[in-house]
Amino acid sequence: MQQLQKQLPETIETPSRFRNTIGKYMVKRNSNCSACGQCAELCPHGVHRKPENHSLPFRPVEHNCIGFSCKKTDHFCIDACPEKALTLKKNPLLDTMGDYRWTPEMLLGHFAMAETGHLPHVPLEYNLGNSGGGFDKIRFVHPDPGAAIDIRDEEMDTSIELNKTGDGRPERRISIPCYGGGMSYGSTALSVIVGRARAARRLNSLTCTGEGGYPPEFLPYKEHVITQVATGLFGVREETIQNCPVMEFKYAQGAKPGLGGHLLGEKVTEAVAKMRETVVGSSLFSPFPFHSVYSVEDHKKHVDWMKEINTNVLCSIKVATPTDVDMVAVGAYYAGAHIIHIDGSYGGTGAAPDIAKKNIAMPIEYAIPKVHGFLTEEGVRDKITLIASGGIRNGMDVAKAIALGADGCVIGTADLVAVECVRCGNCESGRGCARGIATTDPELGGMVEEAWVEQRLVNMYMAWRKQWCDILRTYGLKSIKELRGRSDLLVHLDYLEAEQRQTYQPAPDYKMVL
Amino acid sequence: MPAKYTIHTQQTQPRFYPVGKYATIEFTENCAGSCKECVKKKCVYDIFKNNYMHMHRMEDPEYLYTCNSCFRCIQECTKGIFSRVINPEYREIGDDYWTPEVLNRTWYQAHTGSIPVSGAGYRGPFSGKGFDAMWTDMSEIVRPTRDGIHGREYINTCIELSRRPAQLAFHPDGSLASEKLPILEIPLPILFCQPDFGILSKNVRISMLEAAKTINTKMFIPAAQVTPDLAPFGRTIIPLVTKSNYPKYTGLIAGCDMVEIAYEPGVEEKFFQLRAMKKDLFISCGLPLTAQLDYAQIAVVLARAGVDTIHVYADTHGREKESETPRFIKEMLRDIHLALVADNIRQQVNLLATGGISMAEHVNKAIICGADGVAIDLPILIALECRLCHRCEDGLSCPVKMESIDPDYGSQRIVNLMGAWRNQILEMLGAMGLREARRLRGEVGRSMWFEDLEEQNFGPLFGKRKTDIG
Repeated sequence: MQQLQKQLPETIETPSRFRNTIGKYMVKRNSNCSACGQCAELCPHGVHRKPENHSLPFRPVEHNCIGFSCKKTDHFCIDACPEKALTLKKNPLLDTMGDYRWTPEMLLGHFAMAETGHLPHVPLEYNLGNSGGGFDKIRFVHPDPGAAIDIRDEEMDTSIELNKTGDGRPERRISIPCYGGGMSYGSTALSVIVGRARAARRLNSLTCTGEGGYPPEFLPYKEHVITQVATGLFGVREETIQNCPVMEFKYAQGAKPGLGGHLLGEKVTEAVAKMRETVVGSSLFSPFPFHSVYSVEDHKKHVDWMKEINTNVLCSIKVATPTDVDMVAVGAYYAGAHIIHIDGSYGGTGAAPDIAKKNIAMPIEYAIPKVHGFLTEEGVRDKITLIASGGIRNGMDVAKAIALGADGCVIGTADLVAVECVRCGNCESGRGCARGIATTDPELGGMVEEAWVEQRLVNMYMAWRKQWCDILRTYGLKSIKELRGRSDLLVHLDYLEAEQRQTYQPAPDYKMVL
Repeated sequence: MPAKYTIHTQQTQPRFYPVGKYATIEFTENCAGSCKECVKKKCVYDIFKNNYMHMHRMEDPEYLYTCNSCFRCIQECTKGIFSRVINPEYREIGDDYWTPEVLNRTWYQAHTGSIPVSGAGYRGPFSGKGFDAMWTDMSEIVRPTRDGIHGREYINTCIELSRRPAQLAFHPDGSLASEKLPILEIPLPILFCQPDFGILSKNVRISMLEAAKTINTKMFIPAAQVTPDLAPFGRTIIPLVTKSNYPKYTGLIAGCDMVEIAYEPGVEEKFFQLRAMKKDLFISCGLPLTAQLDYAQIAVVLARAGVDTIHVYADTHGREKESETPRFIKEMLRDIHLALVADNIRQQVNLLATGGISMAEHVNKAIICGADGVAIDLPILIALECRLCHRCEDGLSCPVKMESIDPDYGSQRIVNLMGAWRNQILEMLGAMGLREARRLRGEVGRSMWFEDLEEQNFGPLFGKRKTDIG
């Protein structure tokens, strides 16, 4: 247990890159302020600050304010201010943020976790979106009070195994039930993808190259970087296969299933072209599907090829979620895969046609129990690791996915939100992401530093880990592996009688403007 | 190899600034005035650049509505003077089916000819009513199409509007013994209908017809409204007639490939007379999907009577007409399609659907439900910048001066929209592994329905569902 504790990386306060943070509440100080500093003395959340050598207090740090719930306490600054110079209201900016899947409060909650490494102290609904289905309607069942156990987070086991085949290859274990999804060099700023690799090393997890080649900046972290082999084979070389502990064959991705990839010419800079061995400014298509795979036998040939080049590598097969995803998963197992990675239709980080994201292939919530059940019936469930992605937004979604039958999850969007992506969706336009995340523009890309990305991600995953530990403790479990397939610990609101349903937190249901 | 069918799109700027989603708020009284870090100068999208010109003309600055939502000005301004709200006008446009987003995306496609693309995953509800309770399937590894969307091979989007024989007969020497029936084919599964409202000036209608002609489709127009200035579009027009008035339009019908006669009892008796007016005239019958009609059985009767195409009409939201508990067009199409299948006549006749087709995805979904193609009305009006404000119905002025639209400009906007829609249709067909739109008809096996997915995947875990679906 002490060893486990040792593995947990340190969380460090890592503030926003931006001068003005966005909070759930707005706290304004007007000109009546006499700079007495009482607010700064009172507020335990650090909303008000007045350093001794300053004549006036700083502008309120609004995202730390707990809002009207503070009224019941003895440190409610609005009432306490002798000059009545402070006002408090809900921030109207939240109406313009987020969407049904990532609500404004879920975004703010993740900004807070990435900043502090703790669950937010501000009352934010960061576990549930407003989508009206899937994870947003699934709850953990009311626990049996007698089942709870009293052990510390440090003693909890949140690790998962990636090689269950017993085939003599390394028995790789990652310390959290998550690893990073593919984001390619060319679509995402180098500082972001390298920051993710640094975080993966600290967390003893993995990140993935995506289909953009293997920049040399990854080499110090190569034990934590998955090399992705996708249909365009960009940047795939013998040495990049030999570098990696896990190799991922991407047959399809949830955001654009059946469509392949497309990197716009504007993003193919000299560096990107060199990495992908192509021409500057020329749009790059990753065709669909693999032109060398027409059958499950061809697929096995791919896996064998991978294993021959790197005799220690583990093989992951990434597929989307069509009707027959369960058959595909079993096929992947018999072809020798260690990991079957199913990518649902609602996820994705890079640009994709809206029509594909909304309509093609099934949401991951359906695919997980379908694949888990089929692998179980085939008697091979304990021989392969099932990883789910595509719409897994937060720590609670991860726990629900595991209870539905996954071993772990791949995370993409939440990583970007941790580094202050606001999901404006303009990843593909002009110079790329205005916030310096999904861009190859040298000026914009320079907005983000690797070390900052690394720490923000470590913080967010450590906050998620606290949630997983809470759940495990509540149900008397000591390891996240014990949670796998425990769908008896879940309820779906639409499958409960009205009376029972009322005992659970209702699904958010409000109209949003898209 | 014959030339590929292509819709040529080109950027066609809006005449009026589209109603944007966000309104930027700037508390200028708090501005430092000469800040070297001014966020307006640093905006990645340059939306503040031309602001001063608008102030000079006393117009709203464009940046009020062009915000790309990156939040940088809000988060970086040294004085924190920026905020924003949802543009109140944006909230007001359209309705709960033709949502502001649908309008906005339609304008974008008519402007650019490009398909809407965005990053960071899907943003909408988990599922919804009607077409939003369907997903289409994809083929993971093995499939017939290879790179269809990237132009390396064909995906055929043609459909026929002409009747097909039940079977072919051959002479002993192998030559064809059956009569060769005439064929009427259009290259994409979309036709146009003249909308029921809007400023349908001569220029507007020419814009629509010119676009239909350019992309080789056809447009339904009431025969009484086919004025002489529309004569150059003769074969593009499908005049709408009734059992009682069709003899008045002999000349018009003679110049068209197809005519549509409105359904009323006994209408099938007129098919013969119509065909007598012009050799090889194709006949469509317009069948309203009203609750009082047994439309599935009527479709069977019409098909048996020799109609080429049955054109069903739901309301603009895709609902059954004249019903207090209206069904959605998806279910109604299933019923009609299956009734025709059960009568063993489905292969001979074509089924077109109008009503509630607001996005490209609806075309494929309607086809999966059993239609051969769709006929759209409001999207072509929206492509011309209509805001669905319905002021014209009260005799008030049009906010986008629709009446004065230049037909060349208007037709290009509609062509752009159709180009973007066709590309999206190809995306979905490609993912499903289909080479032909015709192969998709009634192929529910290439789709996944909400109620089925819930029952199959959640049923074993959670038992029986206790709330209504949809």
